[in-house]
Amino acid sequence: MNVVVCVKQIPDPADPGALNPDHTLKRDGKLILDESDSYGVEMALQLVDKAGGGEVTLVSMAPNGEVSGLRTALAMGAAKAVLVSDDALKGAGALDTAKVLAAAVGKAGEYDLVLAATESSDGYTGTVPEQLAALLDLPSITFAKSVEIADGTVKVQRQTEAGYDECEAPLPALVSVTAGVVEPRYPSFKGIMAAKSKPVETVTVADLGLDAGIVGWAGAGQEIVDVAAAPEREAGEVIEDDGESFQKIVAFLDGLKVL
Amino acid sequence: MALSKVWVHAELTPEGTVAPISLEILAKAREISDVVEVFTGGDGAAIAETVGKHGATKVLATGDISDKLQGVHVGAALAAAIEGGDAPDAVLLGTTYDGRDIAARLSVKLDKPVLTNNTDIDVADGIVVSTQIFGGTQIVKTKFAAGGPAIATFRPKSFVAEETGGAAAEVAELGLVDAGAAGAAKLLNRHVEETSGPKLDEAAVVVSGGRGLGEAGKFDMIEELAKMLKGAPGASRAIVDAGWVPYSYQVGQTGKVVKPTVYIAAGISGATQHMVGMKGSKNIVAINKDPEAPIFGIADLGIVGDVHKVLPKLIEALKAR
Ligand SMILES: Cc1cc2nc3c(=O)[nH]c(=O)nc-3n(C[C@H](O)[C@H](O)[C@H](O)COP(=O)(O)OP(=O)(O)OC[C@H]3O[C@@H](n4cnc5c(N)ncnc54)[C@H](O)[C@@H]3O)c2cc1C
Repeated sequence: MNVVVCVKQIPDPADPGALNPDHTLKRDGKLILDESDSYGVEMALQLVDKAGGGEVTLVSMAPNGEVSGLRTALAMGAAKAVLVSDDALKGAGALDTAKVLAAAVGKAGEYDLVLAATESSDGYTGTVPEQLAALLDLPSITFAKSVEIADGTVKVQRQTEAGYDECEAPLPALVSVTAGVVEPRYPSFKGIMAAKSKPVETVTVADLGLDAGIVGWAGAGQEIVDVAAAPEREAGEVIEDDGESFQKIVAFLDGLKVL
Repeated sequence: MALSKVWVHAELTPEGTVAPISLEILAKAREISDVVEVFTGGDGAAIAETVGKHGATKVLATGDISDKLQGVHVGAALAAAIEGGDAPDAVLLGTTYDGRDIAARLSVKLDKPVLTNNTDIDVADGIVVSTQIFGGTQIVKTKFAAGGPAIATFRPKSFVAEETGGAAAEVAELGLVDAGAAGAAKLLNRHVEETSGPKLDEAAVVVSGGRGLGEAGKFDMIEELAKMLKGAPGASRAIVDAGWVPYSYQVGQTGKVVKPTVYIAAGISGATQHMVGMKGSKNIVAINKDPEAPIFGIADLGIVGDVHKVLPKLIEALKAR
């Protein structure tokens, strides 16, 4: 069984984010594997393992030929990667990204399943996996909290507002996984060494046969008209607990008539 | 400039009623458009009265599709209706599981962008939506520049639902189309988690615990306090990830958005991703032993102290009342 996993390489979420003058997200520093995607990679490795054969291929879109996040996923056990890197992709929206990933999946070889995180940690639109499924004409089950494969069918517990839905789809299919679907492994030393020589095919928009005019800024169909600081909430009273501060809370709640 | 017509997704709860987020969006839709209609992946007659009361004049309904996934089928049906000539200026949905799926499938069918996670929409000069970024510290306004229906999803609690007293909406068919291979996913069974007390995103009081509680068992204090205040317990992602409480408790960017009368944060540092889910609360009380904790920057009442000392005394005092 072959699984394609979409992974994003993002600025470290621990660092404060910043925008470029053209309002795109600054991505010029070192990029890392989005933690949300480590779940998809782990899920894929486990499914392939269970099936008793096959491989996990990564697809990613990132500026400057960035591969450090991909190396992390390769070190976990993925076999190879397709990276789309092209200046024309700056400012790409969710739909453009899905178009690029769909074309990149086409370079990844035969597959039974495409996995993605439900949303990236930096953009979090939460629509790319479903858009990708639509472009690949695949059935999809999003927001999976558990994934199993048997007899050519993927069975999923799909997160809902009220609990979860039991769903299934025939393969090939696309599934987006939530954090916590499985516990991602840490790359071993051996894995890290092996990852250095695993193949990463870097391609441009033209290599994928896409028109640069329809992806990236030019094709996004949206225009940022303003970026402003959100109104700040003022801090109120801060007191040191002297053993009696609970009285303050009681009085505060009383004043709001919630007792 | 008001829009001529918008479509709002009437999302259904497992009980078949209209989800609060859809009623919230309806309130805004009335403000920006002359005609407001809803669409639903379910039975239209059952919700005609409710959505009518909230200002919709028509329900476009697929009829029962509860054995299928909403995204692909409702998305394709909407696209077919739009291509058939019945195009609204905008399609508005909640940033929910099904809302995102429908918006995504529709966007591919129409080859139009979808803008997600919005908290506001303005139509004075084109259709412009607002999104909070960097944990809600900055607001980005984006204009739809592609023409055709603007597809946008909104965070819960972005608007306040309000009845207008309108008559029941007219029910019309939203014709399903054959989605081919892409439509093959099936929904076999729904599991609704039992909850007692008010829902996290509807409660007037929310008491949330974080890693500062020290261990899973201490979350009992949060549950007890929430119960005494007729509120709902919530959590930071740190303790959800640690497995102390289910994901449904999580407040924040990747969890629920809450706007209660009072939010009590106990042992929560106040990471931007947590605060984006609760800083719209009317009043915030924070208990944290670190005077530098960012949560104090937005708290109306901050207690620099140990949760293991403050919470038991608070619970005792409330019991005594
Ligand atoms: C993409 C992304 C999305 C995220 N989404 C969310 C989200 O939706 N919701 C969310 O909550 N987080 C989210 N996070 C995680 C977030 O960044 C923080 O890691 C998390 O909120 C921290 O949880 P915490 O405050 O419980 O833990 P910590 O940050 O570890 O804080 C614990 C606090 O407890 C205090 N403390 C310790 N002991 C005591 C004591 N005895 N008495 C009183 N205080 C004590 C400490 O001073 C500290 O301030 C997200 C992160 C990323 C990268």
